[in-house]
Amino acid sequence: MAKELLKIENLKVHYPIRGGFFNRVVDKVYAADGVSFVIEEGETYGLVGESGSGKTTIGSVVVGLEKATEGQIFYKGLDITKASNRKKINYNKDVQMIFQDSMSSLNPRKTIFDIITEPIHNFEKLSKEETEKRAKELLDIVGLPQRTLYQYPFQFSGGQRQRIGIARAISTNPKLIVADEPVSALDLSVQAQVLNFMKKIQKDLGISFLFISHDLGVVRHMTNNIAVMHLGRFVELGNREDVFNNPQHIYTKRLLAAIPQMDVKNRAKNKQNRLDIEKEYQDNHDFYYGTDGRPYPFLKEISKTHKVAVNADELKNFEKENK
Amino acid sequence: MIEGKNLLDAKGVSVDFRINGKWLTALYNVDLAVKPGEVLALVGESGSGKSTFATSVIGLHSKNQARVSGSIVLDGHQIIGASDKEMQELRGVKVGMIFQDPLSALNPLMKIGDQISEAMEVHDVYPREKWENRTIELLKEVGITKPERVAKQYPHELSGGMRQRVMIALAIANEPDLIIADEPTTALDVTIQAQILDLIQEIQKKKKSGVLLITHDLGVVAEMADSVAVMYAGQIVESGSVEQVFENPTHPYTRSLLRANPSEDTTGDELYVIPGTVPSLADMDHSKDLFLQRVPWLADLAQEKVSDTPAEIEKGHFVRGNAWKDFSFPDEKTSKKKLKKW
Repeated sequence: MAKELLKIENLKVHYPIRGGFFNRVVDKVYAADGVSFVIEEGETYGLVGESGSGKTTIGSVVVGLEKATEGQIFYKGLDITKASNRKKINYNKDVQMIFQDSMSSLNPRKTIFDIITEPIHNFEKLSKEETEKRAKELLDIVGLPQRTLYQYPFQFSGGQRQRIGIARAISTNPKLIVADEPVSALDLSVQAQVLNFMKKIQKDLGISFLFISHDLGVVRHMTNNIAVMHLGRFVELGNREDVFNNPQHIYTKRLLAAIPQMDVKNRAKNKQNRLDIEKEYQDNHDFYYGTDGRPYPFLKEISKTHKVAVNADELKNFEKENK
Repeated sequence: MIEGKNLLDAKGVSVDFRINGKWLTALYNVDLAVKPGEVLALVGESGSGKSTFATSVIGLHSKNQARVSGSIVLDGHQIIGASDKEMQELRGVKVGMIFQDPLSALNPLMKIGDQISEAMEVHDVYPREKWENRTIELLKEVGITKPERVAKQYPHELSGGMRQRVMIALAIANEPDLIIADEPTTALDVTIQAQILDLIQEIQKKKKSGVLLITHDLGVVAEMADSVAVMYAGQIVESGSVEQVFENPTHPYTRSLLRANPSEDTTGDELYVIPGTVPSLADMDHSKDLFLQRVPWLADLAQEKVSDTPAEIEKGHFVRGNAWKDFSFPDEKTSKKKLKKW
C-alpha cells in the first residue's frame, strides 16, 4: 500500500449569497459540503462531475487559492487550511497547478524563461546562470527545444503551451499537482500527447496528480482512484474498477451511460440503456436525493475501496450513528 | 452511395481566403452529399476546414476575403454565386443552423420569444397572427417544460442546455430541410449532451430533414451518424457509412485518430500520438496527401502527387490517396494491403 500524501477531511466550502436589506447573507451556495478523501503518493486521483458540481472548488482549496469554510486538509501531519502551517512546511512549493486554458494562464508579455522560472524565485535563490541551466533542464523534461527559451506564449501551439504550463508546475519539484481540466481544450491527437506526457513525468518524478475532469474517458485512462461529485457532495468513491464496472449510485450510472460509445453495432442498445437509466433517475430521484435536491451526506461502504452515498432507506441508520 | 435525390449536393468545393494579400486554400475539392432524412457527420480536428464548409453552405463567407468555387446545390438552388437576396430566402427556410456557443449566437438584449418571432418575421412561412402560438409550440417541441415562461426570459437567465434547446428551436422555426449543427454539444456536460443529441435525432426523424453534423468527437459520430466524412487539412480523406468507417477505418489519419482516443482497451497504456502538427495554411500543398507528413515512416510517399478522385475500396466507402495500402503502425507487422487480398 502506497503512502498517504494528502488527506482531506470533511471539507466544506460555502459561499454566502447576499441580498435584501443591508446586504445580509440570505442563503449559501454549498460548493463543497463535507467531502473526505485521501491522495496517495505517486497516484492519480480523479475528481469527476458536471459543471457546477464543485470539483474546481476542491482543487482551489487544495492549492490554497480558496479558503475552506470547515474541515481540514492534512499534509505532513499539519492542517494546511491555515496559512501559517502552509508557510512552515513550504506547502506552496510542494503543490502546484496546471490550468485548463493555457492561453489565459500564461502571461503573454513574458518569455518562456520568465514564466517557468518564476516559481523557482519564490523558494530558491539561484544565480542567473543556474536559473538558466534549470530552465533548460525543464524544457528538456517537457520535450521542447532549448532555443524556444526566449520565445513568447503565442508562438506555440496549444499542446506546446500546455506543456509549458506543466514545465512551470514541475519547476519547484512538487509532490502533488492539481490538474484542472488539463486537456479539455485540446484536439484528440494533442490530448493524447499531453496525457502520455503527464503519465511519463509521474513515473519519472513520482508526482501525484489530483486530476479534475468532466471527461470520463480521459479519467478512466488516467486515474487509479476516482470520486464522483454531484452538487457539492461525493456520490461515489472507489478505484477505477469499482466506479466504471460496478457503479452503485444512480448518478454515476447516469453519467456513465451518457458517454457516447464508439460502438456502431450496439448503438440502439446503448441508447435504450441510457434512456432506461434516465427514466430511473427521474422516477426514483427522491430515493437517492434529499429534500434539498442534493445527495445524502453519508457514505456507506460497499467494499474496502468502494463507497457510495446512502439512499433514503439507509439514511435513518446513518443518522442514528452520527448522533 | 445510393442514388437518389440529394438534399445537399456539394461537388469540388474549394475555399480560398485572402490572408496578408495572398490567397490561401483552406478547403480543397470537397465532395459531399446529404440525402433527406440522413445524418452526415463531418469529423476532423480544429483547423481542418469543417466549419469553413458549413459557412459556405449557408453563404456567410465575406465576398472580399474569401473565394468559393465549385458547386453547392441545396434542394435545387445553386448557392455559390447566389446574390445576398437569394441567400436571404434560402437561409432559415431551406437550411437552419445550430451554433456551438448559444450564448454568443443569441441576442442578449432580446427575449427568447421575440428572437424566435424575429426568425419567422424574416420569412413569410407563417402569418403574423400565428407567431406567438408557433413560438410556444417550438419551445415545447425542443423539450422546454414551461415554454410560456421561457419565452419571456432573456438568454442569460437560462442554463447552457436550455440555451442550446432555444438555439435548436430557432434553427427549426421555419422548418428547414437541412439542419447544420456545428459542434452543437461541445460546450455541454455529457448528460445534457446526450439529451440534446437525442432531441436533434428526434426532430430529424419526425421532419425527415437532413442533418450535417460537424464535430470532433468520434463517440458522438458513432452514436448519431448514418454516414461519415473525415477531414484533414481542408480535404476529405475518407468517407462512407458509419459502419464502414468505424469498423474498417482505412485512411492513415482515420486509423490514427481512432487509436489516439482513450478507451477501455487503452487503460494504463500509452496512447498513440500522431507525430508533428497540422501544417499551416501557407504550407498546404493539396495535390499531395498532407497527412503523410505526419507519418515519418512513409516519408517518401508524402512527396507523391495524389489523384483528386478518391479510391472506392468497397461500395460507398471512399479513401483518398494510395498510402492506406502501405500504411501500418510501427508496432503492427502487416499493412492493410497484405492483410487483405486486394
